[in-house]
Amino acid sequence: MHPLMSHLAKLMLAACLVWVGADIATAANDNPAPVKLQGLRAGTPLPQDVPPAAARQERDHGPSDRDFVQQPPLIPHTVSGYQITQNFNKCMDCHAWQKTKASGATKVSVTHFKTRDGQELDNISPRRYNCTQCHVPQTDAKPLVDNTFQRARGLQ
Amino acid sequence: MADTPTPAPAAAAARPGLVARTWALVRTRRFMVLASAFVAGIIFWGGFNTALEATNREEFCISCHEMKTNVYAEYRNTIHYQNRTGVRATCPDCHVPKEWGHKMIRKIQASNEVLHKILGSIDTPEKFNAKRAELAQHEWDRMKRTDSRECRNCHHFDFMDYSEQGRRSATAHQRAFNDGKTCIDCHKGIAHTLPPVEQHIGAPKAAPADPTSPGVVNPREAEAMAARAQAASAAASMGASAVTPASAGGRAP
Repeated sequence: MHPLMSHLAKLMLAACLVWVGADIATAANDNPAPVKLQGLRAGTPLPQDVPPAAARQERDHGPSDRDFVQQPPLIPHTVSGYQITQNFNKCMDCHAWQKTKASGATKVSVTHFKTRDGQELDNISPRRYNCTQCHVPQTDAKPLVDNTFQRARGLQ
Repeated sequence: MADTPTPAPAAAAARPGLVARTWALVRTRRFMVLASAFVAGIIFWGGFNTALEATNREEFCISCHEMKTNVYAEYRNTIHYQNRTGVRATCPDCHVPKEWGHKMIRKIQASNEVLHKILGSIDTPEKFNAKRAELAQHEWDRMKRTDSRECRNCHHFDFMDYSEQGRRSATAHQRAFNDGKTCIDCHKGIAHTLPPVEQHIGAPKAAPADPTSPGVVNPREAEAMAARAQAASAAASMGASAVTPASAGGRAP
């Protein structure tokens, strides 16, 4: 090989090496594609509250079917603004026994007249006062995860 | 043109022109007094009305901490404070009549609140809650007596579209209006937390409010009762056995 050719080949090899090296170096310096981490708070800063998803309460409809045995019946109407406080229980305006004839609402079950000691009272037991602890209205919110739940056979 | 002398040469010499006569009248003391009284009346009336309207704003009502920390805080969670369309009912919309005469009477009555502000009758939440039943009863009674006049400034019975209402409200509204009921009979505690009301659950409540407002007559209810009594007596005088008590009971809406 001609010495000049040999020099040229060496130079080209060196240039290639430098170029590859530079390429690797810049590749390492490049910012990697950001990994998207999505927490349940969805980027809301800790001192702030996550705004609730906009879900509407269902409009009034007839009593809903039950899904499992001993399920507390669902509330088939909106209850926004209804007060259940120490002073007053709005639900009792219609669902108390003496009001249902006029209101056409479902009576409170007599099981609710019993104290936890099994004593029958002449009206609703204070332990059953907080209606929405068990009876809840429904909204149009989509289920967060799929499920294969099936209604109890006797209630299908 | 108006001051052109009349074509009566004898009178024209003696009588001055209209402008001159008017100017002479304007310069009399009596006219000056009347004119300044008129201008003072406009200024006074404008000032009075402005001052009155200044006390008829939400900011004025909640400049008093008794209102701000109690009833205003409760009202902020209700539909009359915040809603889909942003149409609001502020304190005076419900608690001060719109008509001038009724407004004056209410304002004079409300001057009693200034006294109790000075006395500090309800200056803590505990004191406020102790008087809540009494204060609520006053408002319920006032609303019932006036057939819920301030509600009706926005909510007209006659223009309710029952097909747009939920089935519970559509049924209840029609039945209640036929019975001569008024808004406050059912819609209590829509903007503020309710006082103790006896519902016979658990221990009896101390000093509960009475939602039936005993002794207070709603004019529409009185009218409906009178109509019902008249219908019943008419049915009785007719002596027709065909008229059942049920058909005589209702009143056309």
